[in-house]
Amino acid sequence: MASTKSSTETSRSASASASASASASASASASASASASASASAAKGADEAAGLTGLAGLEAGLDALESSVDQRTPRSETLRKKVLPPVFAIALVLVLWQTLTWAQIVDPYKLPSPSAVWSEVRTAWLQGTLFDYIWTSLWRGVSGFLLALVIGTPLGLLVARVRFVRAAIGPILSGLQSLPSVAWVPPAVLWLGLNDSMMYAVILLGAVPSIANGLVAGVDQVPPLFLRAGRTLGATGARGTWHIVMPAALPGYLAGLKQGWAFSWRSLMAAEIIASSPELGIGLGQLLNNGRINSSMPMVFLAIFLILIVGIAIDLLVFSPLERRVLRSRGLLGRS
Amino acid sequence: MATSTLTKAEDRTAVSHAARIQHVSKSFGRPGAQQLVLDDISLDVAPGEFVTLLGASGCGKSTLLNLVAGLDAPTVGAIETSGRPALMFQEHALFPWLTAGKNVELALRLRGVPKSERRDEAERLLGLVRLSGAYGKRVHELSGGMRQRVALARALAQDSQLLLMDEPFAALDAITRDVLHDELTQLWHETGLSVLFVTHNVREAVRLAQRVVLLSSRPGRIAREWTVDIPQPRRIEDSDVAELSLEITEQLRGEIRRHGQH
Repeated sequence: MASTKSSTETSRSASASASASASASASASASASASASASASAAKGADEAAGLTGLAGLEAGLDALESSVDQRTPRSETLRKKVLPPVFAIALVLVLWQTLTWAQIVDPYKLPSPSAVWSEVRTAWLQGTLFDYIWTSLWRGVSGFLLALVIGTPLGLLVARVRFVRAAIGPILSGLQSLPSVAWVPPAVLWLGLNDSMMYAVILLGAVPSIANGLVAGVDQVPPLFLRAGRTLGATGARGTWHIVMPAALPGYLAGLKQGWAFSWRSLMAAEIIASSPELGIGLGQLLNNGRINSSMPMVFLAIFLILIVGIAIDLLVFSPLERRVLRSRGLLGRS
Repeated sequence: MATSTLTKAEDRTAVSHAARIQHVSKSFGRPGAQQLVLDDISLDVAPGEFVTLLGASGCGKSTLLNLVAGLDAPTVGAIETSGRPALMFQEHALFPWLTAGKNVELALRLRGVPKSERRDEAERLLGLVRLSGAYGKRVHELSGGMRQRVALARALAQDSQLLLMDEPFAALDAITRDVLHDELTQLWHETGLSVLFVTHNVREAVRLAQRVVLLSSRPGRIAREWTVDIPQPRRIEDSDVAELSLEITEQLRGEIRRHGQH
């Protein structure tokens, strides 16, 4: 245990033994039976002089014993445990798919071979339209989502913090979440016509409730202790919202944003498939619809893959790292 | 209060009390079905005084502390404090989205300390609780004792004249608690703060306080007071501490027994 390396170590162990045997020290000082107990009672008297180093040393020891250090998993392990399995699954699907088409078990008109889809990708790439498709939809999706963020955040805060607003529109807001946003396409077309604003309207109607509800859930889960602690520090009203409520609600808010993005993307695709018009340009939804009209299964598959890939990429590159970072900094991410 | 310049101990003596609780009662519940939790409590805490409020569970000692902290209002009576008191909870209540240092800085910021001074002041306060190296540490990386010390530093950052403590060491292990008792006693000596410390631990009350106030339960009333003139530094195992603790425990047991008699 306490080895005597230096003089400070000795004084620390002396005062430690004083505290350990201090229940006996009062009576022991009277009897003064052994030199050890004599030194213990002396340590008590000298506690004031040696108090600083004794207490500091004791605390330093306790701190060192009880602190835990955050360890990040090494990159090679992440690669082995997180990247390899999905790559393997995808490869397996591709092999099965290719086998099915080679063996001609299914009609190639209904299930094009992976190579047919790949050549569709190549054609689009060589024509320079591949990124146009993606960009048209991605631009709409991202700007629509950001607009939903700007509207959904204050709305969620209002619902979470103002009792009357919550009673008035809280249930409607959560109800709206269960309404498939594709239902908004027909009215949006009738109200706004076949143009970009109709697309944005559908995105907003899909994403704003998600973002607002996520924030409400986040605020509801803020431990009351934080609010009390904030109030004693003087964080009331807007300062309390900014310094305490918003950061405390961040994990729930992020989950809402993630879902909001998924809803934005889905709503947009629904809108693009249904509402085709030359002025709208060709996004991924239109590409899918064109594939159907031209009876080109490779094009349909290409469109579906691109929609999937964009959705996954945004989640993987934006939301997952953000969420992990927030949770890790709060010690909420269990190491597995 | 605006007079945040009142930081030195000699200035504090200009005020006759750090907290004045006058005939305070508190009831909870709907009108007609009200439960009286605190009954006619009057208590003064002098500047620089260390008072512990002692009582069994349900005696309303935490309620009283909340009233003094201004988190709740008394049903009857008045409470005066000089400025907004600092409050420490049983749970550390540190904000997990901030580092230890930033937690302290937030208190400074909310007090209106200019940005350029915050970092140095936070380092100084962490130094006071002997956590100079912990500025950049996340809350979950700290041990229970360290968290409470950061919480103490954050409370000190409020530069309040009155520190309210609601069983701040109850969740700690005995060794850590013992060390924090020493720490708190030393800080109290250095800063000249007034402390109102709530606990159900009799020995802890005697170990720390100049005055021990015993509350009876349901409703909470002041049952008795003891002045503790055992010189600091005390140890929780000292025979003087044990002797007085025994006397207070007997009285506390008597108070608790009364509740089983009907």
